[in-house]
This record gives sequence, structure tokens and C-alpha cells, in this order.
Amino acid sequence: MSSYQLNYLEQLETESIHIFREVAAQFERPALLFSGGKDSITLVHLARKAFSPGAIPFPLVHIDTGHNFPEALQFRDWLAKEVRAELVVRKVEDTILERKLTEPKGKFPSRNWLQTYTLLDTIEEFKFDCCIGGARRDEEKARAKERIFSVRDEFGQWDPKLQRPELWSIYNGRIHKGENVRVFPISNWTELDIWNYIRNEKIDLPSIYFAHERDVIEHEGQLVALSQHVQPAEDDVILKKSVRYRTVGDMTCTAAVESNAATLDEVINEIISTRISERGETRIDDKVTEAAMEDRKKNGYF
Amino acid sequence: MDLLRFITAGSVDDGKSTLIGRLLYDSKNILIDQLEALEKSTKNRTDGSVDLALLTDGLRAEREQGITIDVAYRYFTTPKRKFIIADAPGHVQYTRNMITGASHANLIIILIDARQGVVEQTRRHSIIASLLRIPHVVVAINKMDLVDYSQDVYNNILIEYSKVAKQLELKNVSYIPISALNGDNIVEKSDLMGWYEGEPLLEFLEKVSVRSDVNLTDSRFQVQLVIRPQTEQLHDYRGYAGKIISGIYRKGDKVTVLPQQINSTISKLETGGLEVDEVFAPQPAIIHLADDIDISRGDTIVKSDNLPLINNELEVLLCWMDEKPLQPGNKYLLQHNSRLVKSSIKKIEYKLDVNSLQKQSAEGGVKLNEVVKVIIKTASPLVYDSYPKLNANGSAVLIDETSNNTVAAVLFQ
Repeated sequence: MSSYQLNYLEQLETESIHIFREVAAQFERPALLFSGGKDSITLVHLARKAFSPGAIPFPLVHIDTGHNFPEALQFRDWLAKEVRAELVVRKVEDTILERKLTEPKGKFPSRNWLQTYTLLDTIEEFKFDCCIGGARRDEEKARAKERIFSVRDEFGQWDPKLQRPELWSIYNGRIHKGENVRVFPISNWTELDIWNYIRNEKIDLPSIYFAHERDVIEHEGQLVALSQHVQPAEDDVILKKSVRYRTVGDMTCTAAVESNAATLDEVINEIISTRISERGETRIDDKVTEAAMEDRKKNGYF
Repeated sequence: MDLLRFITAGSVDDGKSTLIGRLLYDSKNILIDQLEALEKSTKNRTDGSVDLALLTDGLRAEREQGITIDVAYRYFTTPKRKFIIADAPGHVQYTRNMITGASHANLIIILIDARQGVVEQTRRHSIIASLLRIPHVVVAINKMDLVDYSQDVYNNILIEYSKVAKQLELKNVSYIPISALNGDNIVEKSDLMGWYEGEPLLEFLEKVSVRSDVNLTDSRFQVQLVIRPQTEQLHDYRGYAGKIISGIYRKGDKVTVLPQQINSTISKLETGGLEVDEVFAPQPAIIHLADDIDISRGDTIVKSDNLPLINNELEVLLCWMDEKPLQPGNKYLLQHNSRLVKSSIKKIEYKLDVNSLQKQSAEGGVKLNEVVKVIIKTASPLVYDSYPKLNANGSAVLIDETSNNTVAAVLFQ
């Protein structure tokens, strides 16, 4: 402390806490979009620090696709209790029934695109004027261009050409009625920054981030776990492998990584030596088109 | 390990994207699947090489139109530092984008094409670097491969640019001859330029000291929000949460709350949920005062022996950033960190030509990408410092109350 200098993780933390406090002060009904993954768990940790000793002044909102890992759901419920935050869960399943949406078919039926409907309905239901998300700019091309305070129109749409200049650490969250701001406090963190921070701060994670045994099948070079949502085809070979997850999304669109890394240090070492990006290694849904994320964001996705 | 934020500036064909691509590629921050995507999109090239510039390419909308929208942020890490690059495109709205990127930067890389030398764009980028007081300037003289790695070419550009630097009072200027395309003097020292005695670019970026960029002398703190849990255990808890803008605060310090002009003493300090004896910029903190004072968001707490300026009529430089020109009679919201006040432009003194630094008449109005000196009047007094003295407390934005857009960057004089 006596050197009056912050290391890079402390600098990133400082920026994120400042953003959280701006959100609490500028918006009437903010919400934290909680996915159960390491990025949103880190968000909750940062929010806790920003408002301590007070409670987190907004609810955690989980848009449940129905395809989640049970370990992630258990962890979600535990964490919400642990930090004394209100937890709002809305199910994509209900939206599908209510709005008579067509379920995607196929071997790996992703409800990723349908989440947007549930999200927008939830925003409408609670009149949320701000949704905090755990997106990082290093994840993907479209995200590299998005502001920390990203204004969405009443349809939740992002227009990359109409973004507000974001100068110094001044955040302009003023909106018209019906509009909504998505705020990304960890925009400037990379995957490795998150892991190192989790290690430094001793943040708890769901068990699926560490090596465990699972029945998997191979699909285009990726390992997909079998579950009630993913059934093997006749010609599939079922393998028993030691795997861990690098990201936690839906069971239908998240691939596992073969690994024996049982501790944080081992996981971090593997990530440092890996030569494949996080999305590339683990997301089955991003390969469809090169501009998949850009399209989803324009349509109101996180 | 610390963090360096920098911006790259160059005109369209100076090789800016290639340079960024080269830094990412040579520092091994490009991963296999990203490379595959890159190779796929360059497979039509005849020479079979990978176009590094495409690594910084963004949205489909941009690829289709062959343009770059706005500022993109890139990240890379070496064992010595984490880097954040603000990549601002060199097109029409350059001034706006560059100011946005520069507002976060400790350092600017100004690219010069070795064949062209100092051109109008170089001057413009340097003027913006000087207006925004970017603490470190690296002049990267690129495309040395196209001038036979000539020391004379390098020396002439160095002499030419040092005149510009002197006129603009740029500090900490360094010169590095490079070829972004071939990787000369990027990560490794180039064998082809044995006459160059300095470090390659990446090594320079890893070593340059940014410690003194944070002002630890003039203590400034603005309240972001008041934390009052009002639970049973924390019934009387009342803390002022915010970021230490500059300086150091210690328990027991005599402080003044502004603009109220009320004195008090720091009774307790917290950061990250822990009680501490001192906090320093840019840490987030919660300050507790010994006296019960009415304090709300936007109020400033400073040490009583080092006061900022307080005015409701002040001279500022405005960089206009909106398609809609400045409407002289209109009210604009001025946001100074977390403080929001109504304001209006009382008088436009002159327009600053960002190519020559000449003062011009402001007749004809103030449009996108123009820089003007104005007198601004605010509905209540601002507590601030001049931008040249203390960037972090000397900057603000203007917001159009009807569109809610951020329409101008404000530098207090």
C-alpha cells in the first residue's frame, strides 16, 4: 500500500466498482443479469464490494433456458442467499408456451436466441431501466465496439452506429421512457484477468469449472456432455472423460474441455497454455455465421 | 504487473491496423481459431500471407462498407504488463473518435509513413494529443522497409517532428523506426537497422513509467452515492462512496465539503469493504465525516489546505461530437464526473483549427468535430480544476437534454 500504486487487477476492480456505483445512483430500477457463469459470479462479487457494508441494491435476474447445468442452478440459489440479494428467475419455457414460439430442433437445440424474448418480457414486467451484464470486450468482435453504458431502444436493439461517446470515466445513463441501458462493468477484463481475480479474491465457483468425469460424445472436434437435453444418436460413441467447463452456458450449446485440472491454479495454467479462444473452444452456437453475435445484439440479446 | 492504456493514431494508409495486428500477433495474443478465421478471410490474397490488418476488423456492417465505426478496444498481455489499446479509425469522424480514445490513454503512438514524413494528419493528431495532455508520445516511423531502412530518412523525420513537438509543448516524446508489415523493431530489435540504438516498440511500451501520471498531490473526491444501509446493525451508518479522483486521504484529515463550504474531519475510511487508514487515487472509497452534514451525490470533499476552483461561469474548450450543431440559446446538461448541472453557452470566443492551431472566427456555428473556446454558465457552481493541472477533475461532457446524447467533451481552462 505504501507505494501508492495499484496493480492491473486492482485498477480493473476500481473501474468496475465505480461503474456499479454510477448504476446505483443513476437508475431507478437496475437489475443484474445473472447467468451462473464465472463472469456474472465475478460481477456479484464486485457489486458486493461496491456497496459493502450495505446489501446489493438491485435484484439478480436469471433468464433460465431450462437447459442449464444443475450444478450452476444450485450455485445460483446458494449465492443469492449468501449475498442476501433478491433473486428473480424467469423461464424461457414459459415464454415458449405463452407466446407459442417455435422451439429450435436438431441434436443440439439451442434456446439461446429465444432467451431474448424472455429477457425483454422480464424487463417490461419489472420496468427495469438498466440491466447489468458480464460481457467482456475481449470475447468477440461485436463486443469490442460496445460501450460500457450501451443504450438500447424499446425493442432492446443495439445500433452500433448510434453510440454515445464515452469519455474519461464519465457515464451518461440518461434515457427516454421505454429505453433501457445495458451496462457492462467488466468490459475491459480478459478471460485470464477474471480467472486471476477469482484466485486472488478466493471467489467460489460451481464445481463444473473443475475436472470431473462425464459421459460425452464428440461433435466436430468438441466434447458435448450427454444429458436429458442431449441424447446420443445411434452412431455416436459414448466416451467417459475427465472434463471441465471453461464457460457455463446451456448444456446444449456449451462444449467441455478434456482436462485433469482440479484446482484454480491448474485451471489457470491450462488456460495460459491454451491456444484457442474461450468462445471458439466452448460455444457451439457461435460458429453458425461469422457475425452471429452482431446479429443477436442488434436484436436485443445481452 | 500494471496496466498501460494507449491509443494509436495514423492516417488511413499509415499501417495502423497492421501495427496493432502485429503487436497482438507477435506478443502471441492471437489464438488458433482467431487465426483460422483470419486465414479464411484472406484466402483470396495472391501472395498467401495473412493480412494482419483484418485482426482489428470489427462488424459485418463495417466489412461490407469497408469502413470502421468508432473506437474498438483491444487487449493484450505480456509477462510485464497488461495493455488496453483504443483503436480509433482514421476516417471522417476522426477528431471525435480520437478524443474519446485519448481520454483514457496514458500514451499515444503517432504513426508516420517514412515515405511521407510529417503530414497534415500528423499535425492534427499531435494537436489533439497536446490538447488532451496525453503524458507520453511515441512517434513510430513506419514502412522503413520501403525507404531501405535509411537512417537519414529517420533523422530527417525526427528533426521535422521535434519542431512540432516543441511548438505544442509535447512532453516525453520518443522515436522508433519500424516496419509493422515485416515486424522490424516491434518485438525484436531489427538487424536491418543496426544504427537505431533504442528499444523495439513493445519493449518500450513495457518499460515506460506511468506512475507519475496519477496526481497524488491535490486531493479530490466526489460523492457518487451515499451509503445508508438502515439495517438494525448499521442503523447509524452513513458513508460517502466515490472514487479518489486524485491525491491521498487519511483518517483525521481536515477536509472541506464543496460547494457547501463546510469544514469537518475524516473519522473513518473504507475501501473494498475494509477499514483502512489511508486511501489514494484512483481507489474507490467510502469516507465518513465527524460531523453530520447534508451531503449528496456530486458534492466534493477536499483537504482544507488545498482547494479547487469554484465558479459558475468558466472558460472551457469544447470538442463538439454531435451531428446536430451547437444551438447557442439552448440549455445543456453538464456532467462533471457524477455531478449534473444545467448550463448554457454564454459566448463563443473562437474556433481552434485542429490542423494548424490557428484561432478562427466562430461565425457559422459549431459543428461535429470542431473545437471551440467558449464561456459556459452553469446553474450552480462547479467545483473543479483546470484540465492542464488535473485532467481527472478538469473534464466534463455536455448532454443534450432532449436527445440525451453526449454532444461535447469539455476541458476546463
